[in-house]
Amino acid sequence: MKLTMWTYEGPPHVGAMRVAASMKGVHYVLHAPQGDTYADLLFTMIERRQSRPPVTYTTFQARDLSGSTADIFKSACQEAVLRFKPEALLVGSSCTAELLQDDPGGLSRTLDISVPVVPLELPSYQKKETWGAAETFYRLVRSFAGHGQRATDIAPNSCNILGPTSLGFRNRDDITEIVALLKGIGIDIRVVAPLGASPIDLSRLPDAAFNIVLYPEIADVTARWLQKTYGMPFVSTVPIGVGATRQFLADVRQMAGLEASDHGDASLGGTDRLTWYTKSVDSNYLTNKRVFIFGDATHAIAAARIASRELGFKVCGLGTYMREFARDVRAAALEYGVEPLISDDHLEVEQAIIDARPELVLGTQMERHIAKRLRVPCAVISSPVHVQDFPARYSPQMGFEGANVIFDSWVHPLMMGLEEHLLSMFRDDFEFHDNASASHLHADGAAPAALSVVASTSASTVADLVEDASWTSDAEKELKKIPFFVRGKARRNTEAFAADRGINPITVETLYDAKAHFAR
Amino acid sequence: MNQTSPTPCAPVATIRQRGQHEVFCGLTSIIWLHRKMQDAFFLVVGSRTCAHLIQSAAGVMIFSEPRFATAIMEERDLAGMADMHDELDGVVEKLLQRRPDIRMLVLVGSCPSEVIKLDLQRAAERLNHRLAPKHRVISYSGSGIETTFTQGEDNFLAALVADNAANSAQDKACDLVIAGCLADVVEDQFSRLLTAMGVENFCFLPGRQSDGVPRIGPKTRYILAQPYLGATAAALEALGATRINAIFPLGEEGTTEWLRAIAQSFGVSETLFDTVTSGPRQRARQAISHYRPMLEGRSVFLFPDSQLEPSLARYLCREAGAEIIEIGSPYLHREHVAGEFALLPVGVSVSEGQDVEVQIDRCRAANPDLIVCGMGLANPFEAEGRVTKWSIEFAFTPIQGYEQAGDLAELFARPLMRNAILAEGSRSFGGGRP
Repeated sequence: MKLTMWTYEGPPHVGAMRVAASMKGVHYVLHAPQGDTYADLLFTMIERRQSRPPVTYTTFQARDLSGSTADIFKSACQEAVLRFKPEALLVGSSCTAELLQDDPGGLSRTLDISVPVVPLELPSYQKKETWGAAETFYRLVRSFAGHGQRATDIAPNSCNILGPTSLGFRNRDDITEIVALLKGIGIDIRVVAPLGASPIDLSRLPDAAFNIVLYPEIADVTARWLQKTYGMPFVSTVPIGVGATRQFLADVRQMAGLEASDHGDASLGGTDRLTWYTKSVDSNYLTNKRVFIFGDATHAIAAARIASRELGFKVCGLGTYMREFARDVRAAALEYGVEPLISDDHLEVEQAIIDARPELVLGTQMERHIAKRLRVPCAVISSPVHVQDFPARYSPQMGFEGANVIFDSWVHPLMMGLEEHLLSMFRDDFEFHDNASASHLHADGAAPAALSVVASTSASTVADLVEDASWTSDAEKELKKIPFFVRGKARRNTEAFAADRGINPITVETLYDAKAHFAR
Repeated sequence: MNQTSPTPCAPVATIRQRGQHEVFCGLTSIIWLHRKMQDAFFLVVGSRTCAHLIQSAAGVMIFSEPRFATAIMEERDLAGMADMHDELDGVVEKLLQRRPDIRMLVLVGSCPSEVIKLDLQRAAERLNHRLAPKHRVISYSGSGIETTFTQGEDNFLAALVADNAANSAQDKACDLVIAGCLADVVEDQFSRLLTAMGVENFCFLPGRQSDGVPRIGPKTRYILAQPYLGATAAALEALGATRINAIFPLGEEGTTEWLRAIAQSFGVSETLFDTVTSGPRQRARQAISHYRPMLEGRSVFLFPDSQLEPSLARYLCREAGAEIIEIGSPYLHREHVAGEFALLPVGVSVSEGQDVEVQIDRCRAANPDLIVCGMGLANPFEAEGRVTKWSIEFAFTPIQGYEQAGDLAELFARPLMRNAILAEGSRSFGGGRP
């Protein structure tokens, strides 16, 4: 039994949902009690998906346990096939149903269902979300690409892109970026999966010359199986950062049998601004800024490389919550001379951040909250995601444009070079007090002294202007119960209301009379 | 005028369907329970799914260290390699080391812990033996196979009442218990009104501290402030308390009838009742009147969520002038909501339980002006061009009482206003294209 406050990953069936929701024509029948439908809102709220994820939950209840939960599962399958007419049906259990041992795979074989069924065995008490996604993708590919013969004449420049999924960190824009880059160098992209693919597309995977694994956490197992089964090689360089993007393009060219480019690839599919921006003089202040990095393995390793080699930061901590990829992160940590942190306990991560005294934290939403509390600038680089990680604007992490996005999003939370100089020049001026935060940071928490001076001055001015309005202590107490962000408005409205009607002192009644009066 | 004990009538046909429920489980109520009772800690004994559910339903990671956590069961627990009770004791010990300030530890049962029949009540008794009186340990089930959403609160309050029968710190029994979580500001408003009417010695359940649980005696009367408290009502009655029947304090009418039921039960004169309530009633009506034009005549379809749906529908219908198409509720306590149904027009359809696909079909066919539904359904409906209101806000926002009556109308009116603003905005460009 493990004590957990917050988790980096959901259960493995949520990973399966991510794959089902990524694809077209796949429906997932999940044997689960009613509360498990919460997972729908990850897609509809966080990702702002316009349709419900393609999942049917059997919703068994305590009273069904003595009877037959298996029958509930069977009828849910039949109804789902009738209603959604999928090309393939995934079936499996959530953690509770796993304990019932109803065997969804076996049950679905007893049904006369007209579509292929892919049973999933996702051990909820051992494994987690990302593993569940990787396993689901692998099972689907095995089912649909496992029987075919590989075509004999395959164009050497043809490839598939494997790994992007629903709810993946910036996957939507990464794919656009990478597809454009690859098309620019003459690569023929056959299938992108699982995001946007149908089961039929999966059966065409062996018809390309090679695979590109963009997100090893999701697609490594599948790519290895395709290599073993069909001899398809794969490119595993992850194109995050300028150097890695160049390396990625070189690897792809080589695998596709294309000539190496002599004039560089920066002109293709985007412009690299990161390289010049980091050289420009304003970036001098970035030198050896201490950066703590934590996230999924791919993004954390890439972030460490960019931070140290492309931005001139100093990596002061590196870790991941994914034990499955711990080895890669350990190797990277060795390279930067830091102790690797492999943990899914956010309290341990918080302690490591405190100990490392970073000037910038690059992490997940979890580390964003930790950094906020510690008042350290932060940028998000990895899942678990939040609604903010699906920005309206185009903002990939991969390719040259991705590097530009990374420059902006990591550097903007820091105080700009010029601003830093000004602050030290005006150090003794009260408005540029030593404790003043950068202009773009919220002045929450420990308010700079200068701000509180201004606040108290203006408060006394307001009090002078409306010297007639006095509040009874009860009314004052009641006012304090109103959330702080509207309290000022409530006070002004009530005082205006009281002044209008000659009410003095302001009582709790007046407060609510005014509230009712201004209610809109 | 006495609407508090309406003649039993059934103006409604109940649709009972089973199928997929798109409703949270009882664990979700921990999100407001832990904020209400500030010295309590809620420890879910469950799976990674439970931990993920609470964190997802709570929005994101808002607090550094919340007063809730999950003891995640692992393979070795289930395989019998580890004794679950020893493991649980270990987790509790670790937790109390970190948080020695916890006065009440609440063990919360989940689907997996119920299925494997892990006896948390026994665990609580054992832990109490060791930890009382410094820490009090109680247990209840918030599992999705037994409870929906707000029923978690019901089970928690019932456990509090039962525990308190044996261990109350109060020496005098309460005359009036107001049962059901209310925002502090709402409690304070009700306290002022009751005090002004001369009703004394009343208590709220739950209290703001774990030792503030009221003592129940044979003369205790109780009134429900929330409609989902069947188990709590039974627990209170088991100790001899009697229920004051009323509709629920939503809107001007609901609040008045709810307070009137208390006033009548405690022999408050009608003159005093009117003197105390007339001002707030006037204010509530005034506040609602700002939004009524946006809601009047609009058709509303309510999906099941918090069991507040019958009361919300009554309010929408009678105070905002809306037309109700369907009232979905995960569960109906017929006796407790009889008063609400008696005030609804004949022909409103009511559904209990859920088959979400079929209900969505009905909703699309009815094409309502406003759909009240959960977060899993809202954006997909919006993408179809329909207007929705997230129902979870009714569980998290203060909506009860006179001073919130206008706020409640605003919650329904806001999506309609927003839709109107955006529709107007899109008409102002592009040569009147739709």
